[in-house]
Amino acid sequence: MSGANNRLAVFPTRMTLSVMKQKLKGAQTGHSLLKRKSEALTKRFRDIVKKIDDAKRLMGKVMQVASFSLAEVTYITGDIGYQVQESVKNAQFRVRAKQENVSGVMLPVFESYQEGANANELTGLGRGGQQVQKCKDTYIKAVETLVELASLQTAFVILDEVIKLTNRRVNAIEHIIIPRYENTITHIISELDEQDREEFFRLKKVQGKKKQAAARDTLEREARQAEEAAQRSAGSGDAALTGKGSGHSADASGHSVAASGHSADASGHSVAGSDHTATASLSEPGDLLGGDDEDVIF
Amino acid sequence: MAAIGDEDSITGLLLAGIGHIDSHQRKNFLVVDAKTPLSTVEEAFQGFTKRKDIAIILINQHIAEEIRPLIEEHDQAFPTILEIPSKDHPYDPEKDSVLKRVRRLFGE
Repeated sequence: MSGANNRLAVFPTRMTLSVMKQKLKGAQTGHSLLKRKSEALTKRFRDIVKKIDDAKRLMGKVMQVASFSLAEVTYITGDIGYQVQESVKNAQFRVRAKQENVSGVMLPVFESYQEGANANELTGLGRGGQQVQKCKDTYIKAVETLVELASLQTAFVILDEVIKLTNRRVNAIEHIIIPRYENTITHIISELDEQDREEFFRLKKVQGKKKQAAARDTLEREARQAEEAAQRSAGSGDAALTGKGSGHSADASGHSVAASGHSADASGHSVAGSDHTATASLSEPGDLLGGDDEDVIF
Repeated sequence: MAAIGDEDSITGLLLAGIGHIDSHQRKNFLVVDAKTPLSTVEEAFQGFTKRKDIAIILINQHIAEEIRPLIEEHDQAFPTILEIPSKDHPYDPEKDSVLKRVRRLFGE
């Protein structure tokens, strides 16, 4: 899973790159936070385990004492088992659960409390009442110990679960998510570089083509100008023969020759020019426009 | 709280005042002696684990040994199962399911 090719299927753009970088940062922050959480929980867990071990041993002793006091009662009063069992109505000794927060984990803590009347008030009325009372107190203490132990045990079970979960997350982020983001980022960067190089090469190529085209154009233009000049010298002879309009036409053609560098100016003039020059200048606009076009690109 | 145990343990616990009989006449304790069939214990245990008003189940260790698979199966935090020693059977920390887990966690 954590191979070199493991990355997210994203489009390599600059925006995705910045998003990925943010995500990587978030993952790293989350990782360190979770790691700290896991450490705090583990510390707590170890405390609890130690307490449980102690409490279990203590419970053994406490229960022994309690059993002994019950034996005393039995010796003095006789068997009170049935009497006690039959007089059960409502629990006097109850527990309620509180919540304790350990780095975001809710641990229940049991709390014992006494409520209602004593159901065994009359037990041992004939004899051994004192013993019964003593036994009751001993057992209440024992049960309190048990309740404490129970809350520790619950905390133990829950913490165990949560620690496993947190460690799983930490490992997942460390070994899968972060490498994945890193791979994605390197992939995007290499892809962007590749695009840059391609673009640069393309521009170079286009520029080369344009230069070739421009050189060819200038050659053609010069050739055409030479041709035109030759034509004009022939045309002016013609115009001189036609008469009055010749002054106009000569003027216009003079303009068009001068304007061959400035194409827009030339075309405007050639349109405004007389009917005679139109024949000469009609061949020009297409070429001039072509040249103009290229100039705009460069 | 609920309890499953031999007569003496239950008597003591009831004396402490944990006994309760609710409006459906259900007891929260079960006295187990040599004649009690295993199915009754299992039923009682499962009934206690399903009840909402029970947070802690106290069970004698020698009885817990008999229904060990059921206890191992119970993996929820609520209710908590607590194995307690009984008069005739001294407490053996090695058999406790929670302590077993503790040992396993520390690789002992």
